[in-house]
This record gives sequence, C-alpha cells and structure tokens, in this order.
Amino acid sequence: MRPKMTYKLLKRALSTSSYRSRPQVCIVGAGPAGFYAAMHLTKKLESVNIDILEKLPVPFGLIRYGVAPDHPEVKNVINQFTKVAQQPNVNFYGNITLGKDVHLHQLRQHYDAVLLSYGAEEDKTLGIENEDATNVVAARRFVGWYNGLPCDKDFKVDLSGRTAVILGQGNVALDVARILLMPIDELKKTDITEHALSALSESKLKEVYLVGRRGPLQVAFTIKELREQLKLKNCRTIWNEKDFIGVEKIVPDLPRPRKRLTELMLKSLNENQTVTDDDQIKYFKPVFFRSPNKFLVDKNNQLTGIELTCTKLVGDKLEEQRCVPTEEKDVINCDLAFRSIGYKSVQADKDLILKHGVVENNKGIVEDSAGLGKLYVAGWLGTGPVGVILHTMGNAFQVAKVMLENLNSIDSYNKGGFTEIKKIISENNSNVIDWGGWEKIDKYEKEQGKLKGKPREKVCSVEKMIEIAQK
Amino acid sequence: MLRNLLKSVTTRNLRCSIKNNGVTTNFVNQRSIAPLSTTELALKEEKVKVTFVLYDGKKLETEAKVGDTLLDVVVNNDLNIEGYGACEGTLTCSTCHVVLKKQDYDRLPEEACDEERDMLDLAYGLTDTSRLGCQITLTKDMDGLEVKVPETINDARS
Repeated sequence: MRPKMTYKLLKRALSTSSYRSRPQVCIVGAGPAGFYAAMHLTKKLESVNIDILEKLPVPFGLIRYGVAPDHPEVKNVINQFTKVAQQPNVNFYGNITLGKDVHLHQLRQHYDAVLLSYGAEEDKTLGIENEDATNVVAARRFVGWYNGLPCDKDFKVDLSGRTAVILGQGNVALDVARILLMPIDELKKTDITEHALSALSESKLKEVYLVGRRGPLQVAFTIKELREQLKLKNCRTIWNEKDFIGVEKIVPDLPRPRKRLTELMLKSLNENQTVTDDDQIKYFKPVFFRSPNKFLVDKNNQLTGIELTCTKLVGDKLEEQRCVPTEEKDVINCDLAFRSIGYKSVQADKDLILKHGVVENNKGIVEDSAGLGKLYVAGWLGTGPVGVILHTMGNAFQVAKVMLENLNSIDSYNKGGFTEIKKIISENNSNVIDWGGWEKIDKYEKEQGKLKGKPREKVCSVEKMIEIAQK
Repeated sequence: MLRNLLKSVTTRNLRCSIKNNGVTTNFVNQRSIAPLSTTELALKEEKVKVTFVLYDGKKLETEAKVGDTLLDVVVNNDLNIEGYGACEGTLTCSTCHVVLKKQDYDRLPEEACDEERDMLDLAYGLTDTSRLGCQITLTKDMDGLEVKVPETINDARS
C-alpha cells in the first residue's frame, strides 16, 4: 500500500469528530443538471454524501415544470433520477431557499464542494414600448401556469381574442403554440393543471403567429417539436412564401440536422396553404425576418397589435450571417402576445456574481478560495438556457468529472454537511421536506389525477404540499 | 423461431404506435405485453453476444436475449452506461445513441423512421451509421454484434 493512502486511511479511522469522514457535496437545485451530476458522483465515488437542496418542496425542476404536459415520455427520466435519490448516500431536502434560509458562504463552509444548478427561472424581456400592456405575457409564466408551478398558479391570461403572437422561435415558443392550438380533448388526458385546462377549453383563439428575427435557416426549435406541430389535428400551418426565397438552393449543403429541419419546413410550405371557412380549423403562422419594435395599445393599455421592423441577414457565410434591421415596418394585429425570447438566471445569493444571466465558470468551476468548499455550476445557470435535456446531461457529467478530480485530491474529509446546515435552517424554517415527504405528495397527486382520468393532478400550492408531506 | 418473429413484430408495431396514439409506455411494460413467455419454447431462450464499446475504449460484453432491444440489454444486464435510455425507449431522447459498423447497419431489417432520425439529429457525434439502441431489436443472426457508444459530452453546442 502506498504510504499516502495508509496515512489517509489511518487519519480517517482515528478521526474523533462526530462527522462521518466522507466527502460532503451539496447540490443546490433538484432539476436535471443537479440529478445528473449526483448520478455521476455516486457512480464514481462510493463514499460521497450528497445533499440536494431545492427551493420547492418537490424535486425535478423543469422536468416537472417545463416539459409540456403532452410529452409524458420525456418525463420518464424521472425514474432514473428517483433511483439516484433513493441511494442511501443521497439526500433530498426540499423547501430550502438559497440566499434566504441558508447562505452560500455557509454551504461552502460546511461542504467540500457546492454545486449550483438552480437553472434560469426569469424570462428575458424585450425592453420595448408598451411591454407592460395588458395581454403582453411571458411564455415562461404561461408554461409555469399550465404545468402547476406554485408561483404561477394565479397567472391570468385572456384567451378570448382571435389572434395570439408568440415572439421567439425556440422550443418553448412551439410548446406554447401547441398548447394553444391543440384540441382540448387531447389535453384532458395529460397532467396539465385543472385551472389551465378550464381556461384553455374556453379559448377563442383561431390563429397563432410565431415571430422570429431571423430566417428559416436559423430557427432555434428542433425538428421533433415542429413535426408534432405540423401533425396537430385541426390545425393548418401557413408559411410566408417570401421568407423561403433561396432556401431550397442551400439545403443540400447544410449539415444533416439543419438540413432535415429545413426540408420539413419546405415540405410543409408546399402543402395546403389556404385558409378555409371551416370553423374547426385553427392556424399556425410562422413569420420570419421580423423584430418587435413596439406593442400597440388602445387607451386602456389593452394590446391591439405589434409593430415589427423587417430585418435581413447580411454576411456571406451562412453560419456567420448577422441580422440587421431594414427601413421597412410591418404590423400584426393581435389580442395577446407571448414573450418567448429566452430565460435568465437570478442572483440567488449576494455572494454570487452573474454576468449576462449566467454564473461565469471555467469547466464548471466558479470559485476556489482556500478554506471554503469549492464552488461549481452546472446546467442552465452556467451555460445559459440552451439545448435539450441531453445537453444538460452532458454538461452535468462534465462538471461532475471535474468535481471528482478535486474531491479525490482532498486529504481529509472533515466537513459537517447537513448536520451543520440544519442548525442554521431551523432558525427560521422548520418545514424541510425530505424524499419521503415528496413520495407522499407524489402519491397524493397520482390519486387526485386518477379521479379525473389524468396521470396526475399537481398540487399547486407550497402550503398544501408541506401539509401533505408532513401528514 | 415463430415466437421470436412474433415478438419482434409486436414490439416493433408497439413502438410505432407510441408516437401516433400518444400512448405512454416504456420498455418495462412492453416486455410484459409479450404474452408468449408461458409457452415451453420460451424456457429455452435464445441468446446472442453483444458488445458495447464505450468512448474511452472500454468494452462491455454481455449475453442478450433475442427479441430484446439494445436498450433492454443495457437495462436488464445493468450495464454501466451513464444516462442511457432516459426516455425509456419512447423515441423522445437520444441518450441511447449507438454507432454501428457499416455492414451491421446495412443489414438491419428496418431503416430508422422519421421520429428516430429527429432524435438522432440532436445526438453528439452523429454518424452515417448511427441508430438509437431502443430501436434495434436483436435477432439470432446478430450474434457477436459490436456497437460504439459515443460520448455524451460536447462543448460545441449546435
């Protein structure tokens, strides 16, 4: 045996401290990034103890609150995360808010490593005139509302108009469009919240625009989401033919993913583009090369339309093309507008520095000051709100790898972990929800869902969650 | 033989229907749907050898049941491939991405459907012989199959 190893083992064995001498890791945020990191760490470092802290009483972050209700298959990953959480050396502590119940410096004091993975919960704003108008809403809040996020349960959206415009062309924008245009009978079978279902069943919306600043070759949504939208029952997609000038010519030279996505758009463009009298049919209308200039309102600050600046792309190389405004203006009359141009992270703790909505990091390492546990970041908080779950998984594994190297290089583990943190938290929060508590909530939600023929009816209030968990 | 044929047909059809009907299912109940395991034939299950070559060159060799998908093989044998099969074979992720040798790819009985290709388009290290493991059902003549599992980490996000 190598001398260093012997020393280490001896030191651990002789440790008189009450702390278990194992590496203590704290993960803040129980979404996909946090769980994937925990998965990697527990696989590679058996002795590790991981505490996952979560602001809400319930786990899974955007898997629960972001993934659309009609995508239950995507949520199957919850089964993998549950296995991670059920390991004896992984603990879930819900209903703990970083920056309020406990501070970052305290976590770093009592853990060998702290991984921040609390995502990006705030929506980016456009910063244009009349953005505060009635019926200009954040797609993020709409998503939170139909998915039962507690802070969005009282969100109000007026669906009594004929036309809605979604600003942005990412997958969130497509989710919003699909939920608005989907036959209500299909939504009924999902775990969509009851309050959203009832509002959507009264919806009078006939057409939904999807407005993008750039062209068809730059769309951010992925092909699966578009294919789904194009297949939607009783919905017809109307493209603007002019937006596709010259596109067909470029298609053969595109890399496969972009090529297939563009081909799908072109195929749809060549299908039925006419508006019918059929009352049952709704319309999905993607519009390109338009940048919102200002919201148009009536004297009651009620939205009546959006003024858009027409744009064009400049630059020879496709991948380096930039979007610039032209002199031309355009107006879309509408009753409702969704802002879906991305998310940004919040500064959860005063010690944390955010730049452009993300925590700056080098391969996941944020800070490394002597005496304190190392600080890491994974997921959208570190990368910005891009990519699908797969990308978050890759990032989380990568950061976890870096964490492992550092954890393995620590000579002795003497941090108190949650034993110490608990003392701090219990000063003003006595309602920490553990995994057993979540299991009770989970069971309750599934039972409530069963009564309505749904897979689950989410509990939308934190108080109610706590009540169920503590029964 | 008949059993395997039947099973592979059933599984296949089921998978196609997953998307179109919005039926939610996963590999666990797909297996339980195949009702033929009560026959005597089922007692003598046909096995083939399959090898997963990880991105770091590590090889995971295992015995697998004919009629299982590559995803089933990873799950049933508890193979240590991180994050593999997140959506449990419902064609909504690409975590079970594998790269086949050209000759193996070419002799697969079925080509990838649009939905599979849609998912592959998001995978890292996509190649011309890439498939999703959940869509490859093992047949007897695939004995000795070797597939590569690409790394799921990539800095250059597209």
